Amino acid sequence: MNIEIEEISKDFGTNAALNPVSLSIPSGTLVALLGPSGSGKTTLLRILGGLEFPSAGRVLFDGQDATGLTVQERRAGFVFQSYALFRHMTVFDNIAYGLRARPRKSRPPAAEIARRVSRLLELIKLPDIGARYPSQLSGGQRQRVALARALAIEPRMLLLDEPFGALDAKVRKELRQGLRDIHDTTGLTTVFVTHDQEEAMELADLVVVMSMGRIEQVGKPDDIRARPRTQFVREFITA
Amino acid sequence: MTDIPQTRWRPATTEPPLVKWTLIALCLAVLGVLLFAPLIAVLDEALRRGWAFALTSLGDRDAQAAIWLTIKVAAVVVPLNVVFGIAAAWAITKFDWRGKAWVITLIDLPFSVSPVVAGLMFVLMFGANSSLGAWLVASGFPIVFAVPGIVLATLFITFPFVARELIPVMLEQGKTEEEAALTLGAGGWRVFFTVTLPNIRWALLYGVLLCNARAMGEFGAVAVVSGKIRGQTTTMPLMIEMFYNEYLSVAAFTMAGVLALLALVTLTLKSALEWRYADQLAATHRH
Repeated sequence: MNIEIEEISKDFGTNAALNPVSLSIPSGTLVALLGPSGSGKTTLLRILGGLEFPSAGRVLFDGQDATGLTVQERRAGFVFQSYALFRHMTVFDNIAYGLRARPRKSRPPAAEIARRVSRLLELIKLPDIGARYPSQLSGGQRQRVALARALAIEPRMLLLDEPFGALDAKVRKELRQGLRDIHDTTGLTTVFVTHDQEEAMELADLVVVMSMGRIEQVGKPDDIRARPRTQFVREFITA
Repeated sequence: MTDIPQTRWRPATTEPPLVKWTLIALCLAVLGVLLFAPLIAVLDEALRRGWAFALTSLGDRDAQAAIWLTIKVAAVVVPLNVVFGIAAAWAITKFDWRGKAWVITLIDLPFSVSPVVAGLMFVLMFGANSSLGAWLVASGFPIVFAVPGIVLATLFITFPFVARELIPVMLEQGKTEEEAALTLGAGGWRVFFTVTLPNIRWALLYGVLLCNARAMGEFGAVAVVSGKIRGQTTTMPLMIEMFYNEYLSVAAFTMAGVLALLALVTLTLKSALEWRYADQLAATHRH
């Protein structure tokens, strides 16, 4: 699904979190929103997911105006920074949540749900943890469960907020490849937020550098590295 | 070798045995003097003339009416305050709006206002001397000196318990789990029943128990609005005072024993639930 962002802005009270920004994301791309904290990258991601609404501007999904769609209607697989796993549910119930929340007529039968959950557990390479609780998992395992839970709803796109932020360096490297693999298998348009330029450059097809609510530069990692357009971009990507 | 002092290593956060046992003994002494001894004294006084005599005093028609009234008031007040408390805590912790700090202060009002003053407020508002009260009496639905007044006063007094228990827990948990449920396609009620409610159930249980204990035990506010009509608007705490003033000490202390017993039942229930769900409690707190 391609995503078109047209002149989106967002104010919180008197502060402008996003100045009007426009961005076009081709279907199936893996995009990094890169910037320091306060650059508006998370706000933009939450607007795409329907968790915030823009003060002005439009969002188009496959050419259709999606600005007014509720968060449930967006069908965006969202992975939160701290994963936000349901702490009182097992891993299985976490992943099954979205399927069970569907209206009765489109809800798969229990056996089908179980089959899909175990297939997702295979996909994240953790086939045996269905019965555990989130508190019994390592940080890396939690992240992958959060990813599986987001994929379970057969999303139209995948949105990830600092998916590697809470992990140590070694696990981070492993899971980067994991996300790349999952993106390549599913072919989903994927947008992730990061403040780590190395992560963005290594993983993404398209990097969007943001600062203070503005988009500084959009380009392939190599282009940005070779031709930084502003002073800010030059300094940020060499940091 | 001999000049190395014989130090016994112990964890940094523990104290020497002497300090430890002194603290524990002090704690037990205070508990004994302030809690256990009075409780035993009440039961002892109640049973001074034997079980049969004590139980006969409970058979009194007015005494039974008081017990039933107390249970009925609690049965109305506790569910209502569960709903109000959850609604207040939800509004305060999940949304940002103007005047929030003000509402948080208002929730505490019943804690800071003396119960007698609270009772007088209701008498002023709904009493026969106010135009609203006069109209209510004329239309056959008196509030003051009747059961509705007792319910209202108890509602007011016990309002903070549930909300106060829930707000810190809900603040700590934030709203990302709810947001996650929304992105997975769940609607508002579904999010509430499958995510929010399970996450707050222990805090809610404590709130309910505290609310219930106070609803049954409230004296001051209820004393003002009830009019203390025997057999009609007299709750257990009021009945205890009446018996005591009439020198019916066995009846007074037996009733007091029953009230204390009701409190002990709720405490036992809480401990039993904690024991039964110990693993779940540990799992949710470690996260």
